[in-house]
Amino acid sequence: MEYVIEMLNIRKEFPGIVANDNITIQLKQGEIHALLGENGAGKSTLMNVLFGLYQPEQGEIRVKGKKVNITNPNIANELGIGMVHQHFMLVEPFTVTQNIILGSEPTKKTGVINVEKARNEIKEISDRYGLKVDPDAKISDISVGMQQRVEILKTLYRGAEVLIFDEPTAVLTPQEIHELIGIMRSLVKEGKSIILITHKLKEIIEVCDRCTVIRKGKGIGTVNVAESNSNELASLMVGREVHFKTEKTIAQPKEVVLTIENLVVKDTRKVDLVKGLNLELRAGEIVGIAGVDGNGQSELIEAITGLRSAVSGKIKLNNKNITNKSPRKVTESGVGHIPQDRHRYGLVLDYSVGENIVLQTYYKKPYSKAKVLNYKAIYDKAEKIIQEYDVRTPSVFTKARALSGGNQQKAIIGREVDRSPDLLIAAQPTRGLDVGAIEFIHKKLIEERDKGKAILLISFELDEIMNISDRIAVMFDGKIVAEVKPEETSEQELGLLMAGSQVKEGDPNVIE
Amino acid sequence: MSSNKLFTLLVPVISVVMGLLAGAIIMLVSGFNPIEGYTALWNGAFGDSYTVGETIRRSTPYILTGLSIAFAFRTGLFNIGAEGQVIVGWLAAVWVGVAIDAPMYIHLPLAVIAAGIAGGLWAFIPGILKAKLGVHEVIVTIMMNYIALFTTNEIIRKVLTSGQTTTESISPSASLASEWMQSMTFYSRVHYGIFIALFAAVIMWFIIQRTTVGYELKSVGFNQHASNYAGMNVSKNIVLSMVIAGAFSGLAGAMEGLGTYGNISVMASFSNLGFDGIAVALLGANTALGVVFAAFLFGALKEGAGEMPTGAGIPTELVDIIIALIIFFVASSYMIRWVILRFKKEGK
Repeated sequence: MEYVIEMLNIRKEFPGIVANDNITIQLKQGEIHALLGENGAGKSTLMNVLFGLYQPEQGEIRVKGKKVNITNPNIANELGIGMVHQHFMLVEPFTVTQNIILGSEPTKKTGVINVEKARNEIKEISDRYGLKVDPDAKISDISVGMQQRVEILKTLYRGAEVLIFDEPTAVLTPQEIHELIGIMRSLVKEGKSIILITHKLKEIIEVCDRCTVIRKGKGIGTVNVAESNSNELASLMVGREVHFKTEKTIAQPKEVVLTIENLVVKDTRKVDLVKGLNLELRAGEIVGIAGVDGNGQSELIEAITGLRSAVSGKIKLNNKNITNKSPRKVTESGVGHIPQDRHRYGLVLDYSVGENIVLQTYYKKPYSKAKVLNYKAIYDKAEKIIQEYDVRTPSVFTKARALSGGNQQKAIIGREVDRSPDLLIAAQPTRGLDVGAIEFIHKKLIEERDKGKAILLISFELDEIMNISDRIAVMFDGKIVAEVKPEETSEQELGLLMAGSQVKEGDPNVIE
Repeated sequence: MSSNKLFTLLVPVISVVMGLLAGAIIMLVSGFNPIEGYTALWNGAFGDSYTVGETIRRSTPYILTGLSIAFAFRTGLFNIGAEGQVIVGWLAAVWVGVAIDAPMYIHLPLAVIAAGIAGGLWAFIPGILKAKLGVHEVIVTIMMNYIALFTTNEIIRKVLTSGQTTTESISPSASLASEWMQSMTFYSRVHYGIFIALFAAVIMWFIIQRTTVGYELKSVGFNQHASNYAGMNVSKNIVLSMVIAGAFSGLAGAMEGLGTYGNISVMASFSNLGFDGIAVALLGANTALGVVFAAFLFGALKEGAGEMPTGAGIPTELVDIIIALIIFFVASSYMIRWVILRFKKEGK
């Protein structure tokens, strides 16, 4: 059997660490091959080696059996290797066509760009693979899922035979993920080969033929997905047994912590996004808010935490009104917030881990006295938190930017939980994290619940909602439209509720 | 960490060396002897006690404008308005120095503080516009420079004098002049202001590195969203940062008004103290200590340059070109940084 791409015994070192140690991956013609590993396991490094961004210390790369030396990305392109990056590299004000031809513009004899030719070619490729991309649409006007397809088109336009997808589903909605999987299937049907970098086991099981696992920079092996299951893949990746179903006892809800009455919140465009929402949350329970992105979840959280003002309605914490109080007042009255966007809100990336740990408490003793910071106290605290929450960082002095996503998130969670707030808001707390980190974070949330804290979980992952909530509130069109118990519902029912279907009074099984 | 520190040190040093080399080439091409030229430059700056005194005198306001711009940079703002803040600080200092009669221990601090407040107020306007309306501070501060320049000229002509171009001298009780420093430097114009400038550098370091105020200011500069999330008042911090930066520049004006000149004259164009401060801040990597060193380098270059026409026969225009080249290489330290990184990568 001939392989299209072979990376044999690759070793790549960086000062102080071995990022890739003896990793072998062989890609067959026409297969979807998963590259599975935790955050920081060395997946990206390996692909950057293949793409010519890094030179390996040892090992060789073969393309169709021939040994090649890929010293820069242009060579990779010429060899038919294309990369669909996780963070899109698109020029927003340009059209799809302009973006795709950027850097290799076809010209007429006069030197003028032959847009028409490019346009037709793009249309043709788009149709062949069922991408349904409009070549004349502006990037800023199309959805994230569509932008990703433009990235795919870009590689195909440049003649890629092998496509590397770098965590493609991290930014997509469930519907878009479904469509992407369809596109990947049609790509391999047309003879392309795909490497899928991911840590989502569900996707691997669903779409991949084979799977190469790497752990802490070492190649663990390649398995046939059909002969494996998610438990096996997870333990190969993490190196120990993984529990998908987080163990927890039945909740013991106590007094009411958070009350929201008739809350109305507008978004930045002055459109009502939360439209008279009511919700009650008790100490010692986890309430999960299920809903499709854009139904007012972000605005709801921002209103509770004081980041956005409420138009009307009331938010009460421990029976005290906190409506439209400043973020600092809200924090001080006992609210912890794990924000949805950890880079934008959760961390000051250019601050050290230690400085980030005191982001809300720097002005208090012992971290400062008479406005003078006490760095010893700050870094001692940070040291304690990185120990307790297993934040893997070279030191507390390292910039937060240098940490992997999972470790950044653990630092935030450590910071928020450590303040011991009565109400902890966790917005997408495990987004983009690997199973090990997810398990850890879920365990921490349940621990907090058992300590008698109220936890509000917002997530777009139904698995997560079903898994750890004690009560599920379905949010649709700015309101809570239904409340269900996780053990009494199914993903199908939730899916329908999230789409706005009503459950008939008295009979939860009949859905209109 | 330590290699990083070495790196930040290396970049400005290489910038200066390259600037000097480029200057040497220009001199060679124009038919002058660069060794003679640079010897004259050296002698002009450090040749005797008088020139040393003058070099320190010249460096003093550079320290303060450098601090002003570095402070703003560290908190995510670009204060191009140092120039205007210097002018209003200068005016305020001289005004207080001329108009008030008081014993020295009241009069001098009052004049100095007036300059700081004037500079701070001048910077408050772009600060509040940025914080409340999102107007970019670069545009506003540039405009404020012109307003400062022409308003000050008008005040000198119409208010402080009747149609004259120079005010009367400040009273001795408001003067920074130092007899013992002058006598040590053969009656140069060096004054006590250097101590104010050095003290200001310590203040900047302390605020930025050690206080919760600096922690908030930097945080807002790095990431407004996270700062807001953490409960900081973003608008307040933007305004505060501009005001502190403006106060440093205002003090630079006091150095000229109370130290070097003892008066203020109608200016045909900008003093360039503020604009050169940008280069000083860049060369000093926006740190307090770095700014002090960079300011002395600038002071020495500007002072020493005066000797090049007489000492080596190099025309003043050429001297200006050489200085400009050094500034150019300093400003393009980004390029040098890139080249070093490139070499490092290949070396591995």
